[in-house]
Amino acid sequence: MTMVVDARGVGKVFGGGAEAVQALTGIDLEMETGDFISLIGPSGCGKSTLLRLVADLLEPTSGELLINAKSPSRARLDRDYGMVFQSATLLDWRTVRKNVELPLEIMDVPTEERSKRATEMLDLVQLDQFADHYPWQLSGGMQQRVAIARALAFQPSLLLMDEPFGALDEMTRELMQQEVLRLWGETGISVVFVTHSIPEAVFLSTRVLVMTPRPGTINTEIVIDLPAERDLSTRESPRYFELITEVREALRRGES
Amino acid sequence: MSESAGKTSSSSKVVRGGFSILAVIVAFVILWEGYKFIWTALEWTEPVNPSNRTLPHTWTIVGALFQPAQRNGPILLFVELKAAIFTLREALVGFLIGGSIGFWLGVLFVRSQTAERAFMPYVVASQTVPILAIAPMVVVWGGKLDIPQWLTVSVIAAYLTFFPVVINTMRGLRSPQPTAVELMRSYASAPREVLWKLQVPAAMPYIFTALKVSAAASVIGAIVGELPAGFRGGLGRDLLQFSQQFTAAPQKLFASVIVAGLAGMVFVGAITLAEHRFVAATRRQST
Amino acid sequence: MTERDDIIRESRETDLLSAFEGDVPVGGRTPAAIREFGGKYLPALLSFFVVIFLWEGLTRLFGIETFVLPKPSEIITSFIETWNVVWSAGFKTLYEAVGGFVIGVSAALLTSFAAARWVRFREGMLPVAIAANATPIVALAPIFNNWFSITSPLSKMAVVAVVVYFPVMINTTRGLLEVDQAELELMRSVAATPTETMLRVRVPHALPFFFASLKVASALSLIAAIVAEYFGGPQDVLGQYIINRANLFQFPDAWAAILVASILGVAFYVLILAAERLFMPWHVSFRTSE
Repeated sequence: MTMVVDARGVGKVFGGGAEAVQALTGIDLEMETGDFISLIGPSGCGKSTLLRLVADLLEPTSGELLINAKSPSRARLDRDYGMVFQSATLLDWRTVRKNVELPLEIMDVPTEERSKRATEMLDLVQLDQFADHYPWQLSGGMQQRVAIARALAFQPSLLLMDEPFGALDEMTRELMQQEVLRLWGETGISVVFVTHSIPEAVFLSTRVLVMTPRPGTINTEIVIDLPAERDLSTRESPRYFELITEVREALRRGES
Repeated sequence: MSESAGKTSSSSKVVRGGFSILAVIVAFVILWEGYKFIWTALEWTEPVNPSNRTLPHTWTIVGALFQPAQRNGPILLFVELKAAIFTLREALVGFLIGGSIGFWLGVLFVRSQTAERAFMPYVVASQTVPILAIAPMVVVWGGKLDIPQWLTVSVIAAYLTFFPVVINTMRGLRSPQPTAVELMRSYASAPREVLWKLQVPAAMPYIFTALKVSAAASVIGAIVGELPAGFRGGLGRDLLQFSQQFTAAPQKLFASVIVAGLAGMVFVGAITLAEHRFVAATRRQST
Repeated sequence: MTERDDIIRESRETDLLSAFEGDVPVGGRTPAAIREFGGKYLPALLSFFVVIFLWEGLTRLFGIETFVLPKPSEIITSFIETWNVVWSAGFKTLYEAVGGFVIGVSAALLTSFAAARWVRFREGMLPVAIAANATPIVALAPIFNNWFSITSPLSKMAVVAVVVYFPVMINTTRGLLEVDQAELELMRSVAATPTETMLRVRVPHALPFFFASLKVASALSLIAAIVAEYFGGPQDVLGQYIINRANLFQFPDAWAAILVASILGVAFYVLILAAERLFMPWHVSFRTSE
């Protein structure tokens, strides 16, 4: 079985000479289809850098990194992944529908197919009645749902999310987490999720990778054995709290 | 950006800036002479005739600066420098008056909403008159009222200066975060202290931005104001005069245009230097 | 970083100019826009008329002579009596201004795209732009008069073009470059080509900057055309008309011509505003609460 993400000894150095900064070192990661992996750690631990290596927005300086058994750049050109950023990054001058269609335009998908797919995606994130609104007319949570619809529009096998809910309030955040789990269940997509929030990582993931800084590396892997169906009761279950404590302690160990 | 990185880049920036200006001058000379050469060789005359009568060699132009402007007179460079100083003095007087009025009006408007409501519309309305475009007329008008010409020109420069300074002083005084003002209040500082210790330092970058715009504008205002007949001593008149002598000695006009350009750069450059002296420190702290 | 800072700083200066113009909403059909217009501009309009009446009244009351300060009524009379002459002069000047505007803006756009594309080019252009901002560009007028023939409108257009060029170039370049890093990453993540990124992200992003500079340029172009006319040329244009009438101490005539210049300037500005609305209806400045 091929791995969605297969990293062996991946490292990243920024700059050169005396000012070189080792951002990541010795990253090993095997991710299977359908995995939901969260990267968690303090600022500067390189979790966003790791995500950007997977996305081929940065290039590793050492090690071997394969996405769907291909080089990251090949995978990017094949549109193997969709990406969601911390800010929704919607283009102001396009309507919601046109924003979702953006990647399809770049892929030269015919107009009709494009509009059909955008409609499907907006249905999926339950924003169909906002298709002709402009981004500024939507709330932060709705904007982020448009960004997710855009990332899923070309049916990638991998979804990369970089602190997507960092700017949202706690209530919206929990709703969005539920939403992501629903999409994940419906599409069977694999997800790499970068976050600062321990409860968020535990609630969403099948596996949580705890990272530590200077240089950034994966310190502990925690398998989240919560039931596949997760809802409000999951958030109140004893196992959920145990796992949160486990992640917190792993982060503490990394600090010292 | 770290402290050390900031320092090295500011010194290397000066070197790089000097180098690129030199590179630009060299590129300009090559383009100029290249145009002359190619257009002459191909006998093209559009858009500009490459002959020495319309497009003198660059060295002829520079040379003209070191030859007497008139028979047995001082060299052109001295004549033009004198004219430039005359023009800059008019601009500077107006600039200082306009800048001071602008600053204090800005302070007044920020401190008193009543004053802002009452006078701001007139300050804005004052800018609907395109003073640059009618500068020569204003000078003639001033002459009819027996006001010395140089003074009218200074008034024009002041008029051009005060508005940007008012606007940017207000913007700058209002730029500190509300929390910073609250912090000062929590120290029980008097409004005067908030003004001088917080608001004015915060406004300095804004004010200098306005001053640079104004400086350039006031030099233009001065040159345009010097155009009416009978006005002697400044760059504006010289430009007109050498323009009329163009067929006989085109290089004189080009040389005086260069001096006019340098005059503007010296004025704005002096303010940029002052800005580095007064603003750089606070700006470095903020980055 | 430093070079970008400079672009930002320089364009802050041109922004400053645009701030002087005041964004008058045009064609706002929504009640909100009308209310906004009423709230924002009605007091200014009222105080304008108050000033005009005070001006008229005081000059009459103190018997101030026309050469000291012409009365508004005298200016209006002259405006009507010299209608044909001033408007004909106005349109000749407007022709120079618009011609120069088109040349200057086109050249600025070409440069901006080159500057956004090639870092080297950008670094070379930047000191030129900074230096040019400090120089009295109108001093080029006598040179252009001799190059393009003093009688040809082209000599005035050339001055306008150079004056207009720098603010438009600086602002547009800034708009093309100052794109959100995340937007660039987004385009890269969907494997967009540089051309696609340029067309779909950079150009739309630069439009507000471009239009802001056009507003400055529209005001500058008319002023530059008039100033260029002072350096000599045909007599039937605004600049020459103004200075000739002033030399004869016929100040009401001069002011009537200035009135024409102002009307043409406002009309030009409003045209740019309308174009701005047409080309970027999404922009912040046109948002109304619904």
